[in-house]
Amino acid sequence: MLQNFVVPDLYPAAPELFLALMICVILLVDVFLGQSRRWITSLLTMVTLIGCAAITYLTADGQSVLTFSNMFVDDLLADFLKLMLYFTVMVVLVYSRDYLAARDLERGEFYVLVLCATLGMMVMISAAHLLSVYIGLELLSLSLYALVAIDRDSSRATEAAMKYFILGALASGLLLYGMSMVYGATGTLEIGGIAQAIAQGTANKTVLVFGLVFLVSGIAFKLGAVPFHMWIPDVYHGAPTAITLFIASAPKLAAFAMALRLLVYGLFELAGHWQTMLMIMAMLSIALGNLAAIAQTNIKRMLAYSAISHMGFMLLALMSGVVADDRHFMINAYSSAMYYVVAYVLMSLGSFGMILLLSRAGHEAEHLDDFKGLNQRSPWFAAVMMVLMFSMAGIPFFVGFFAKFSVLLAAVDAGHVAVAVFAVMFSLVGAFYYLRVVKLMYFDAPTDAQPIRAALDMRILLSANGVAVALFGIFPQAIMSLCTYALVRSM
Amino acid sequence: MEFKTFVFYMLATIMVLAALRVITARNPVHAALALVLAFFNAAGIWLLLHAEFLAIALIMVYVGAVMVLFLFVVMMLDINVDRLRQGFWNYLPLGGLIGLLLVGEMSIVLGGGYFGLGSIAPPDIPADHSNTKTLGRLLFTDYVYPFELASIVLLVGIVAAVMLTLRRRKDTKFMHPSDQVKVQRNDRIRIVSMPAEKEGD
Repeated sequence: MLQNFVVPDLYPAAPELFLALMICVILLVDVFLGQSRRWITSLLTMVTLIGCAAITYLTADGQSVLTFSNMFVDDLLADFLKLMLYFTVMVVLVYSRDYLAARDLERGEFYVLVLCATLGMMVMISAAHLLSVYIGLELLSLSLYALVAIDRDSSRATEAAMKYFILGALASGLLLYGMSMVYGATGTLEIGGIAQAIAQGTANKTVLVFGLVFLVSGIAFKLGAVPFHMWIPDVYHGAPTAITLFIASAPKLAAFAMALRLLVYGLFELAGHWQTMLMIMAMLSIALGNLAAIAQTNIKRMLAYSAISHMGFMLLALMSGVVADDRHFMINAYSSAMYYVVAYVLMSLGSFGMILLLSRAGHEAEHLDDFKGLNQRSPWFAAVMMVLMFSMAGIPFFVGFFAKFSVLLAAVDAGHVAVAVFAVMFSLVGAFYYLRVVKLMYFDAPTDAQPIRAALDMRILLSANGVAVALFGIFPQAIMSLCTYALVRSM
Repeated sequence: MEFKTFVFYMLATIMVLAALRVITARNPVHAALALVLAFFNAAGIWLLLHAEFLAIALIMVYVGAVMVLFLFVVMMLDINVDRLRQGFWNYLPLGGLIGLLLVGEMSIVLGGGYFGLGSIAPPDIPADHSNTKTLGRLLFTDYVYPFELASIVLLVGIVAAVMLTLRRRKDTKFMHPSDQVKVQRNDRIRIVSMPAEKEGD
């Protein structure tokens, strides 16, 4: 209470404060701009993200600092994920600008909501308290629901937003219920305090495990793992592609951070319990995602099912941290999970970026047929798409291969050989639908003869994205060592 | 039975019955009114727990503002309840089974054994303790971070609501006074040069 209240140190939370301030500034400035001067909003948003990145980078000292009454933590893990987040959001903004402008959706609210969602994700990444996890999640989710419905005259988008909203509210309820159980058992909402209470053995195990089930369900919903995946295909399909690009990339980083903060930082003593749950979800996700993706003719839906299977792979690494109280593999397993998420975000950005590149006013390139004969229309972008698809399928030597490889290695190290074999079998099945896209691009005649038009910055960034996917596959240590370093310093 | 216990059970029974009415009532207006009753009883239970500020806030915010607004919306909309109820009997066996399992599991864990007075002792509160003061202090000191974030969540709500519903009508007759003042002759009349027409032919 007030007697022992310490005025919070604002320095570690400087990026969040800057972003919150800039959201208000952009909201005010945008009111005075017409449609012809929307580029000012766009520019301000970019400047904000670059400013956040600069602040995060300059204030990163590798120390784990708690502030705001132990509700906010600034450690190297948070800094690394936040820098990834700014970068992802910036790429999303560049890719989506022309698409939105062509559909008359490039309104100031788009930028404000994207920044609010970014703030929510930063709060989740830096959460050291169940309350901050929850409120960050709500900030992110509410912004996303509104963004999905941004094209309000499209009944498909509205339906997707409605589904997302109702299922998301249900998942938030599950998560809150689990949190209340954990609070009931440990008597604290601080994630560090929860870990302490469990380690001391004062907390009741039955109640904890009961709460854990609900927490894991909430996390699985955010990640989109089976059986909480129902919303993914509909939302990916229904939302405007630019919004799908956003939903499919940045929130995965935040959901990963949430899983890490809740399960590893908070409920690590219960690893035996949640690892089994994650294993079941991982196997179901990999199987269902890969099988269902084969039947899709819409590439957005196909990538949605592929996202489900990729999240299954990520869970495979998260469940391999502890073997019978042996914490030897912990860092290795969690850093490969983190690497997987980063790699997935890179690939997801590229592949949805390609759909945006081929779309134009009045035409959505969302069917597999739209990719037919891409090689004849633009050999370079056909090559970029090929690299992305090969990488998603896990073909050596692209970034997706090394991500899958390190995850499988972690699973085998933890003794889950059968699970690893199962995952490999299904990613072989999955290779079919990725390679089908490559076949359509190179061996079929184009159905759409329109030349590909896109802004220069998008062409450059999309090309760089493809090159990055190829290069990080050849030099995987570049990101992997960063992931490991961030985790070692933050654990 | 102590009087307090009697009051608690009375409030709790009415609340559960009212909550059941919310989901079983055919008329949405009745359902909304039953929800108001459930809120009133919840507020009563909070009063028993010495949470007088929360009780008043619940009545003022939820009953006074949210539910009244909700009633208006329900009355304005013509909701076809029969269509909403389609497929109810098809889904009942599976849904009912899952619901029963969930309730069974929850009742095992949530019984008095784990959350009874034996495991969590009631805090010792002095008679002149002010809930409102404590809440206010906590919100602006220890919980200032989630409190401020909650305000941003509300901001998102406003922005989203405006974005999704504000439509500028194309056929509106609204005039800008500044435009009217700046009007020029060319805006009002158009001089068309037409070739002279001959009679005949």
